[in-house]
Amino acid sequence: MENDKMLPQPSAIILEEQTGLTLTEVCQACAVRVEYIVELVDEGVLNPLGREPHRWRFTGTHLRRATVALRLQRDLGVNLAGAALALQLLDEVEALQARLLAMGRN
Amino acid sequence: MEFKDYYQIMGVARDATQDEIKRAYRQLARKYHPDVSNDPAAEVRFKELGEANAVLKDLEKRAAYDQLGSNWKAGQDFRPPPDWNAGFEFSGDGSQGADAGDFSDFFESLYGRGFTGGGRARPDFHARGEDHHAKVMIDLEDAYNGATRVITLRTPEVDAHGRVAMRSHKLNVTIPRGVRAGQHIRLAGQGAPGIGQGKAGDLYLEVGFNPHAHFRVEQRDVYLDLPLAPWEAALGATVTVPTPGAAVDLKIPPNSTAGGKLRLKGRGIPGTTPGDFYVVLQIALPAAESESERAFYAAMADQFKSFKPRTRLGA
Repeated sequence: MENDKMLPQPSAIILEEQTGLTLTEVCQACAVRVEYIVELVDEGVLNPLGREPHRWRFTGTHLRRATVALRLQRDLGVNLAGAALALQLLDEVEALQARLLAMGRN
Repeated sequence: MEFKDYYQIMGVARDATQDEIKRAYRQLARKYHPDVSNDPAAEVRFKELGEANAVLKDLEKRAAYDQLGSNWKAGQDFRPPPDWNAGFEFSGDGSQGADAGDFSDFFESLYGRGFTGGGRARPDFHARGEDHHAKVMIDLEDAYNGATRVITLRTPEVDAHGRVAMRSHKLNVTIPRGVRAGQHIRLAGQGAPGIGQGKAGDLYLEVGFNPHAHFRVEQRDVYLDLPLAPWEAALGATVTVPTPGAAVDLKIPPNSTAGGKLRLKGRGIPGTTPGDFYVVLQIALPAAESESERAFYAAMADQFKSFKPRTRLGA
């Protein structure tokens, strides 16, 4: 019988709980150029802390939004504004579904 | 291997124009994009679509595919006829865009691995491996206490002869304490292997909670409906309440009403800002079955003559 304790145990972190990520770190994690992340901030898709780009600090949730925006653009042929709109609507759908679920149980 | 009917997957006729194919792909891609759709089968469907589109949007590949004839049915056992693609020249540098590494054996038998390999043969080519995504369902209790899960993954790997083989391996994954539904656990270096000296990709596990018989979760707060006897609600009581952590003795204030919420601060899902645990009060009525029980309710009606339960309705 295989002992599960012998299996590789990679370190696990919760993506969304990360904080204080720099612009460079976000670019590396998404494998994109700096300009792309700057565009996402300009479009209002990401709202990092800090004023100037070199002071920007991102969270894991920002990282997640950036990768989804990237995938939507790549896979669906939408432009940046389209991806931003899709993300905003997805947030609203998620909030509504959570409310629906809560009401359905009561 | 199974024959794939790319026209059926795209929902178009065999004589569809390139424009019709493009339209069908865009429409279905929006519907089944894994970031957009809630359908659990969306990811599989989206990959199929990507593969069908890679063939049908390319005139040369489509012509070669059409040459197989229209007698094949989806799912039928398929072997490519010898020299089936003689006379066709496939252009392109081998990159197929999104998730090309996941194309089916059927696709590879027709168009070769050169198309899916992304230039693995070039020794000076390095690229980071793709990230992999999977879902993991945990119990609410696991988010309170942390847990480990053994996860089996199947990944394509290139062997010493340059062939791609599916290899399955197991991982012991630590579910961190305080994880919430919809969050992603990142396992660095556990995605697809890199090309050349490129680093391996990461594995992302999207967390979901198994539905719980008593508790419901909203973000980091946890709710429990707590039934009370009428006298407990009216007179106040101390009631033992289950929470995912441990049972708690909760003081119910006198004259509590149904729908009232009691908050146990910080007893929701743990974390740097822990959630709260809410007890939603309900009042359970004992049935009046025996003569003496009916008499008791009648005496209550007599006692509470001024009690108007429907004043809110204006009645």
